[in-house]
Amino acid sequence: MGVAGFIAKRIALYFAVLFIALSITFLLPRLMPVNPVDTYIGELQSRASSTLDPEGIAELRENLESLYGLKGSLFEQYISYLDRVIFHFDFGPSFTYFPHPVSDMLANAIPWTMGLLLTATIIAWLLGNAVGLVAGYFYKKRAATILEFVGILLYPIPYYILAITVLMLFAYIFPIFPLSATFPVGEMTLQKAWMIFYNSLLPGLALVLAGFGWNILSMKALAIATSEEPYVTFARLKGTSDMTRMVRYVFRNALLPQVTALALSLGLIFNGALLTEIIFSYPGIGLIMRQAASGGDYNVLYGAIAVSIFAVATAALVIDLTYPLLDPRIRHR
Amino acid sequence: MANVTETSPPAVAPVAAEEGPKRTTDLMWLLNPRLAIGLTILLIMGVGSFVLPLFAPADPSLQGTYIRNLPPSMEHLLGTNALGQDIFWFLVYAIRNSLSLGVVVAIGVSIIATTVGLSAGYIGGGYERFVMLITDTVITIPLLPILIILGALIRGNTSFFAVGIIIIIFGWAWDARTVRSMALSLREREFINMARFSGANTPQIILREIFPYVTAYILVGFINVILYAINTEAALAVIGLSKIEVPTLGSIIFWALNYNALFTGHYLWLVAPIVAAVTLFIGLFLTSTGFNAAFATKRGVQ
Repeated sequence: MGVAGFIAKRIALYFAVLFIALSITFLLPRLMPVNPVDTYIGELQSRASSTLDPEGIAELRENLESLYGLKGSLFEQYISYLDRVIFHFDFGPSFTYFPHPVSDMLANAIPWTMGLLLTATIIAWLLGNAVGLVAGYFYKKRAATILEFVGILLYPIPYYILAITVLMLFAYIFPIFPLSATFPVGEMTLQKAWMIFYNSLLPGLALVLAGFGWNILSMKALAIATSEEPYVTFARLKGTSDMTRMVRYVFRNALLPQVTALALSLGLIFNGALLTEIIFSYPGIGLIMRQAASGGDYNVLYGAIAVSIFAVATAALVIDLTYPLLDPRIRHR
Repeated sequence: MANVTETSPPAVAPVAAEEGPKRTTDLMWLLNPRLAIGLTILLIMGVGSFVLPLFAPADPSLQGTYIRNLPPSMEHLLGTNALGQDIFWFLVYAIRNSLSLGVVVAIGVSIIATTVGLSAGYIGGGYERFVMLITDTVITIPLLPILIILGALIRGNTSFFAVGIIIIIFGWAWDARTVRSMALSLREREFINMARFSGANTPQIILREIFPYVTAYILVGFINVILYAINTEAALAVIGLSKIEVPTLGSIIFWALNYNALFTGHYLWLVAPIVAAVTLFIGLFLTSTGFNAAFATKRGVQ
């Protein structure tokens, strides 16, 4: 197949994912029994204690429908939706902060989510794999069992429980960190940067712990299987050191399935990050989504979900595209 | 990646399959305690949460049954919460509801994943490419945002059961992928060709030859899905977007957070469900990896 075939196939999958995901976000709200425009008008009605006359309401509905892209047949709506989202990154105005455009709100939140998520995922992946490699390579030693035990204890614990536990431990019982974090906005100064860093440590810790356990377990399993391969035995007979064998022989080969697994589990990691943001009131996409969900701000919700899917799919694509760099078999075929 | 967590059967599965016969005794000794501990936890929590409600003095989901914020006593083992509910009984009902939801979702997911995975792996060709495209897409799409949208749209107007259906619709893909890769490797085995040359048709081969082989994995997957479903529902409930009036492991945490159990010094309200949930999750996880190891051992002996 070769590198070209591999890349072409992967990019085709990427566009298929984006297309299907955008279609789902388009269809979901339209399949629902609730109509956001009705809800909004109902709200206005109750606020004005039903003093709006029917003509005014009809006009309002007309305006709202054109504003939110609900005009015309389903197919026309679909085409104009794809056009707006793909080519203009336009999700319309926010209901709650009218007429503030959704794309602006998202653009403000994305760097927060990305910064936290990328850092935590990279740390968890490196740390977990390092621990898993040692535990797997020396699996006959007692210490390896202890390392694996850590993994077994951490792995099944979901994000929200880790987040709440970390919050309880380090903000309440040992008040090292503030219970409700503050994230200053506006111009960046050294002091503000330090505050952001300090307040991000707890959510970051929760995310690292959550990703850590899985990486230990899966790397350990892979390292055990790999260290029994004949080429590792050959390397040992050749007289290479434990360190060389562990890193250059076992790790290099066990790395490949771990990279694939990382790309596949990104969606799950992202889910966890959203939850963690909500629990820590961290000003990223997750918090925006939560606030939009409780305020019935549908445009913001759809924008946030479209951006999330785009981000996850793109990150998975980037990880998968580095695969040929790591696996010479694909390059030389 | 709990949420996931769970949900990463591929991480555990490949290893077990590669265990050779030579380490068999070793494994029996090492890994069966996992299964034993896991099953014991599940048995105690399962039987306890299904039998105890028969003796419950009152429906714990009703508010204002007791005096608020009572400390633990013989009458209220874990005290009462700020809503006048008995925390112990609420927790018992929560475990029962979460477990039931998990089992229902796991049945649904196993049926879909097995059908999709086996047919894709065995039939192959364009059909397989199409099915795997859908599967990979569903895996890549982060589920939580979609659930948040659904939760916001049908807020309150849904039943607890509908939450389960939604989790099934978006949760089958991981398992389908695992089952398919198993079917792929089985397709090349000698006994399958044997069946084909003896005149068996495709449904017969899938049902009689391949299915018995993959049941072990389906059982492991089944337990992983229970874990996943409980988690997903709880995650939704924690942020208030599931049916929060129904006691589940997530809704209990939601109410505790909502009434600032930490600030008011009401630790038990928050700590009890966390301890229960962690115990349950570890029990489920140990059972699934324990089964996996036990099956690998059995195959090794054969």
